[in-house]
Amino acid sequence: MKDTVGYTTADGRQIGGTVMEMKNITLRFGGVEAIKNISFDVHEGEIRAIIGPNGAGKSSMLNVISGFYHPQEGEVWYRGERRPTMKPYEVARQGIARTFQNIALFEGMSVLDNVMTGRLTHMHAGMFSQAMWWGKARDEEILNRQKVEEVIDFLEIQAIRKTPVGRLPYGLKKRVELARALAAEPQILLLDEPMAGMNVEEKEDMSRFILDVNDEFGTTIVLIEHDMGVVMDLSDRVVVMDYGKKIGDGTPDEVRSNQDVIDAYLGVQH
Amino acid sequence: MLEQIFIAPFIDMIEAPDFLMQVLWEGLVSGILYALIALGFVLIFRSSRIFNFAQGIMVVFAALTLVGLYELGVPAWICVLLTLFVMFVLAIAIERIVLRPLVGQPDIILFMATIGITLFLIGFGEIIFGGENKIMITAELGIPTDSWVLEPFGGLLILEQKDVTAVAVAAMLVVGLLVFLNKTRMGRAIRALGDDHQAALSVGISLQTIWVLVWFIAGIIALVTGIAWGARAGVSFALEVIAYKALPVLMLGGLESITGAIIGGLMIGMLEKLFEIYWGQPLMGGNTETWFAFVLALIVLLFRPQGLFGEKIIERV
Amino acid sequence: MLYRTAGQFKTSYTSDQALFPVRQDAVLLMIILGFAFVILPMTASEFAFQTLLIPILIYSLAAMGLNILTGYAGQLSLGTGAFMGVGAYACYKMITLMPELNPVVAILLSGFFSAGIGVIFGIPSLRIKGFYLAIATLAAQFFLVWLFEKWGWLYNYNASGAIQVPNMDMFGITVGGPRAASITQYYVVLGVVTLLTMLCINLTRGNLGRTWKATRDMDIAAELIGINLMKSKLTAFAVSSYIIGVSGALFVFMWRGAAEPNLFDIPLSFRVLFIAIIGGLGSIMGNYLGAILIVGLPVVLNTVPEALGLDIKSSMVEHLNIMIIGSLIIFFLIIEPHGLARLWALIREKLIIWPFPH
Repeated sequence: MKDTVGYTTADGRQIGGTVMEMKNITLRFGGVEAIKNISFDVHEGEIRAIIGPNGAGKSSMLNVISGFYHPQEGEVWYRGERRPTMKPYEVARQGIARTFQNIALFEGMSVLDNVMTGRLTHMHAGMFSQAMWWGKARDEEILNRQKVEEVIDFLEIQAIRKTPVGRLPYGLKKRVELARALAAEPQILLLDEPMAGMNVEEKEDMSRFILDVNDEFGTTIVLIEHDMGVVMDLSDRVVVMDYGKKIGDGTPDEVRSNQDVIDAYLGVQH
Repeated sequence: MLEQIFIAPFIDMIEAPDFLMQVLWEGLVSGILYALIALGFVLIFRSSRIFNFAQGIMVVFAALTLVGLYELGVPAWICVLLTLFVMFVLAIAIERIVLRPLVGQPDIILFMATIGITLFLIGFGEIIFGGENKIMITAELGIPTDSWVLEPFGGLLILEQKDVTAVAVAAMLVVGLLVFLNKTRMGRAIRALGDDHQAALSVGISLQTIWVLVWFIAGIIALVTGIAWGARAGVSFALEVIAYKALPVLMLGGLESITGAIIGGLMIGMLEKLFEIYWGQPLMGGNTETWFAFVLALIVLLFRPQGLFGEKIIERV
Repeated sequence: MLYRTAGQFKTSYTSDQALFPVRQDAVLLMIILGFAFVILPMTASEFAFQTLLIPILIYSLAAMGLNILTGYAGQLSLGTGAFMGVGAYACYKMITLMPELNPVVAILLSGFFSAGIGVIFGIPSLRIKGFYLAIATLAAQFFLVWLFEKWGWLYNYNASGAIQVPNMDMFGITVGGPRAASITQYYVVLGVVTLLTMLCINLTRGNLGRTWKATRDMDIAAELIGINLMKSKLTAFAVSSYIIGVSGALFVFMWRGAAEPNLFDIPLSFRVLFIAIIGGLGSIMGNYLGAILIVGLPVVLNTVPEALGLDIKSSMVEHLNIMIIGSLIIFFLIIEPHGLARLWALIREKLIIWPFPH
């Protein structure tokens, strides 16, 4: 696996070695090729953006990383080893958490319960212990409640913790989804259009949260985003996709001046 | 033992081909009737995404109304018209009282509501019509009641003409429905509604009109089924249970496909008869028709979750 | 005023997660338990035991089992009747093969047989969803009832095809069979139901409950955050079928006294489903409320006309009963799809601010 050496960003942050690598991924649905032979890598602790026009295959790429779609060709390498075909829940247990383009919260539960489900990969008490509400189950419940409250504090959603998520406005739902992902204490966080549908203030808040997560916990972040300003400000490196192919890969500045990317997506700067 | 399961039944089939044909014919007729009930489901599901559990009781209700009116002295064909009118009123009542308040609710809620309708109609029907078995007015409707006796392979094959009529009428109904759905404006509107309520509304399709129409057509199908089945087995509330058989048909054929309903119905009808006669009765004590269709559909679904004719389901996140 | 929760602060997670964080709820529960364990047994008539108290408890338990599978885990099942049958027949075989076995132990063990069969018939849920799954559960329903009839070993080959509950003793008291007193059976049922209810409450408010609700609400997302769907669904089938199996054993051994295969047919499945729906899918208390309504309604319909001096035939009462239940289902689905449990929650919210309007 190439490039296990880290690098330093323009503003002096130290980025680690390669933590994940996509090698020659091709994904087909029937006759349609959603992803055509794409390769790129993700370094530990960096913020990696995936951008491109609608239908470029970005969400599909995230789904491949999550283990939800299995590419017909190509390999996913994680921490120096080829990842065998796994079920999505096994991928999650490896330390990869995500949010979704169209919110995928559990509408029948409160905010607190939703975020608690994020802790599932850390809770191991057996069924019998849970039924009796004693010992390991009860201790775990309280311990994880504490962790969850920390995440809730971090994202400033204390006031709505007992509200059923179905009643929340869109912006807050997105934040709860982020909380659920963070509660898992992931090593890699996948964000699918975290700013979609938000106004300027909300975008600033969300950007701040994302940067804080990366800063405080060192979480590697891969995000799909359309807002170019956000992408250029937040990310360390960018992958550009168009019609399932990779047409650009590098730092925001490199990508911004890439002619192919300009033609396909960015347009000329006025 | 293995010989009994894997060899003997086939030998029996080959040795008495006329009997085999009789069994297949009986299965075919049952199958067509299951398919008709399934058709009612498909129609309503395609246009409104409601799984109308009440289809079975509608069959019984239609048959009971028909026979009941005749007992009051109304001439046979007027009975048919009046029954159609009753089914029409029923459709409007269901749409107004049950469906309209539940617009937009999840499928499961609508499904439960149709179970509620079923119960209501059972209780109501029993009060109005009484619970005893009645005889279908087959001859009075002009349906031939003789049989044709054929002698294939030197054996004996009896085809009841009322069954043949049922099959023929069912076939015409299916063709008519297919033409209606695919070639007429109303039919297109029905299909549009099934795909997307909001979109259909926004191009000016009237929800209420379409739903009433669809439920009325389902009522017509229910009446035809009721007549055909009542002619075979008498008219009573026991008929309602037969409607359960339409469910495995829907599993096989998919909830949205008319051809699927037909083929699924024929398959289930014939296979369950075959199984019962050649395996069920000799080896298992008989009466396997209560469960065979379901187990068969279950096994098929395990290998093809979309049924035999459904579109492959691609999950999206 | 009655339900003012202001001033009840929780200062630790433990107290916040307590079963009844609101003091008034705890008091209410004490009152109800007092009724159930002390007052009612002392005052109830034989008629009340047999037509109301015992069946309400048993049906609540069955509905609770179904609710776990359908309300919490989101897997629609129409096979409840057959699984009650499995529990009943398992209990019968155990008691006839091992007469010294403690009847309550036998009842609690019979649930495991239901659980095993439940898991087997639950395997399709890994591939099949929604209505299709509901229809698949009908395969279990019809097949098992057929089996109850055809497999003579289940009913010890007796000529009638039915099973009869023999006289069973426990610590010197007859708890089952023709000699048993209703009040004894009431206490057995009450004890079992209370125990299993407590276990269910704990399971549903903890990790497993959240896993199930996640599976129900959005199974794809659930899988993506680390839930093993197969384990989640099969556990739901197992727990649900265990409870339903126990309720089936209680149904026959502590109430009806005898059973034929068609007792466990589709109408029973639907009756339990209605209780779960009208009571409220995804709630524990709803099952009790639903059972009170569904069991109580025919009794009321039977006795009220006499009391009012009207003369209605019993068959007519039966038909009216069915019609009313059908209408009630529709009514509830329109007014409050989440059932009586939600209605109760709304009443409580109103009580919190009563007598002020807002």
